[in-house]
Amino acid sequence: MIEWRWHLVWELAPRFTDAAGKTLLAAGGGYAIAVILGLVLVLAQRTRFRSLTFAVREFVELIRSTPLLLQVFFVFYVGPQFGLVLSPWTAGLIAIGVHYGAYLSEVYRGGIESVPAGQWEAAKAINLSAAKTYRRIVIPQALPPAVSGMGNYLVGIFKDTPMLSVIGVTELMHTATAVGAESYRYLEPYTMVGAIFLAISLPAAYLISRFEKWVRRTLGMLK
Amino acid sequence: MTEDMSRYPLRLEGDDVPMVRFQNVTKRYGPLVVLDQLDLDVSPGEMVTIIGPSGSGKTTVLRMLMTLETINGGVIYVDGEPLTHVERNGQLVPANSKHVRRIRTKIGMCFQHFNLFPHMTALGNCMEGPVQVLGLSRREAEERSLELLDMVGMAEKRDEHPSRLSGGQQQRVAIARALAMRPKVMLFDEVTSALDPEVISEVTNVIRHLVGAHHLTMLMVTHQMGFAKEISDRVCFFYNGAIEEQGTPTKLFENPERERTKQFLNAVLDAN
Ligand SMILES: Nc1ncnc2c1ncn2[C@@H]1O[C@H](COP(=O)(O)OP(=O)(O)OP(=O)(O)O)[C@@H](O)[C@H]1O
Ligand SMILES: [Mg+2]
Repeated sequence: MIEWRWHLVWELAPRFTDAAGKTLLAAGGGYAIAVILGLVLVLAQRTRFRSLTFAVREFVELIRSTPLLLQVFFVFYVGPQFGLVLSPWTAGLIAIGVHYGAYLSEVYRGGIESVPAGQWEAAKAINLSAAKTYRRIVIPQALPPAVSGMGNYLVGIFKDTPMLSVIGVTELMHTATAVGAESYRYLEPYTMVGAIFLAISLPAAYLISRFEKWVRRTLGMLK
Repeated sequence: MTEDMSRYPLRLEGDDVPMVRFQNVTKRYGPLVVLDQLDLDVSPGEMVTIIGPSGSGKTTVLRMLMTLETINGGVIYVDGEPLTHVERNGQLVPANSKHVRRIRTKIGMCFQHFNLFPHMTALGNCMEGPVQVLGLSRREAEERSLELLDMVGMAEKRDEHPSRLSGGQQQRVAIARALAMRPKVMLFDEVTSALDPEVISEVTNVIRHLVGAHHLTMLMVTHQMGFAKEISDRVCFFYNGAIEEQGTPTKLFENPERERTKQFLNAVLDAN
């Protein structure tokens, strides 16, 4: 039977702490891109330019129906053939940001569509501009139904960061694999990866559900 | 199919310019003609009530004036200026959104289902337009809003969110919200239809007060014939997207000329 080597765990701890930081950075950076890009994608579908709506709609569908791994490869390996040479980090963040941006745009769309037509009409009747109607009336009401979806994708993006290991981003998965290759020990490194993911995901999920309740309450939607 | 616009004046001038004029206004949804070449003038300060069977186009009249619907023919004028069009090279052409926004400041509307902003308090609802659109300071907007909330009897509930207000209370806040923009024309679309019978008078009393105290021009769609008879200067009976008959309340309710008007009034009276 293979025994568990604690000393290896202690030896690897600093490298893994560093890698965990990079994982969080990739997830956070990718999510920041996704949150903003998602908003751009959903608003672009709501202008009066039909062809823009159509193009953006198709783009979102394309992203949603192809694997993230393929998109990561595309940005990193196919990009250079079109003169777009990116570091693994940049390519990784773009791929994951665009991927999740497409999903978040759908979450936002659901939120926006849940706002009754009467709210848009009331905003028009007091002559609010289109920008202020979104900012002051629609988005605050679209947010509470969207936060739970947004939270799920935050956890999702975090769990998808290992995909970036394949193009050489030195996050947790990449580090564990490297350790395995050096020491021929796989049990401890991969278990540590799992433990770290768990240790971050579980509290994050809890905090997100707390945040969701808080958003609803502050916006006065809870009776 | 473009309309010859030369027969429409670029603006209305003279001694008795109506506050609102629908001139030859047509509205279609696909093949369905909802309003057919409607002509209707409303004088400044006049209270005009619109009655008629379901689907006759009453709501559509108000929604076009509030610019919630576009029109397919004709011109709407507000306070002498075209709302739906602008002048370019001596011709009326369809208005851009900047023009529409400018004229729209003269119009306010209250809806059947109130449509208050649920994430704002009663006061917040009233202050939204004055602060965000008119550019008033928060203090000025609050002062103006509180005065109106007081007028509709809702000052005490200023800090409540709509979800904690009854229908009658919400509708009164909605009236205050619309008035806070100081419109010249107020539109009421069946504002009491969604209310329990015992609170209807809360809202009708406010409208009654407006008729007496303000120099507002009002267009009201209602199914409450008694109220219409009491407060209107003129009643228009709509049938099939056109005005079938109009006149003073006394004439229309007590002495209708048209067969359809009589039938409608009989049907309504039977139902009550
Ligand atoms: N968005 C729309 N699309 C298609 N048809 C519509 C639309 N809005 C209204 N209509 C049609 O236009 C006609 C007039 O509607 P409108 O709402 O003005 O009637 P109304 O007189 O207010 O009726 P009610 O008393 O039931 O409120 C109806 O036949 C209605 O079905
Ligand atoms: Mg109606």
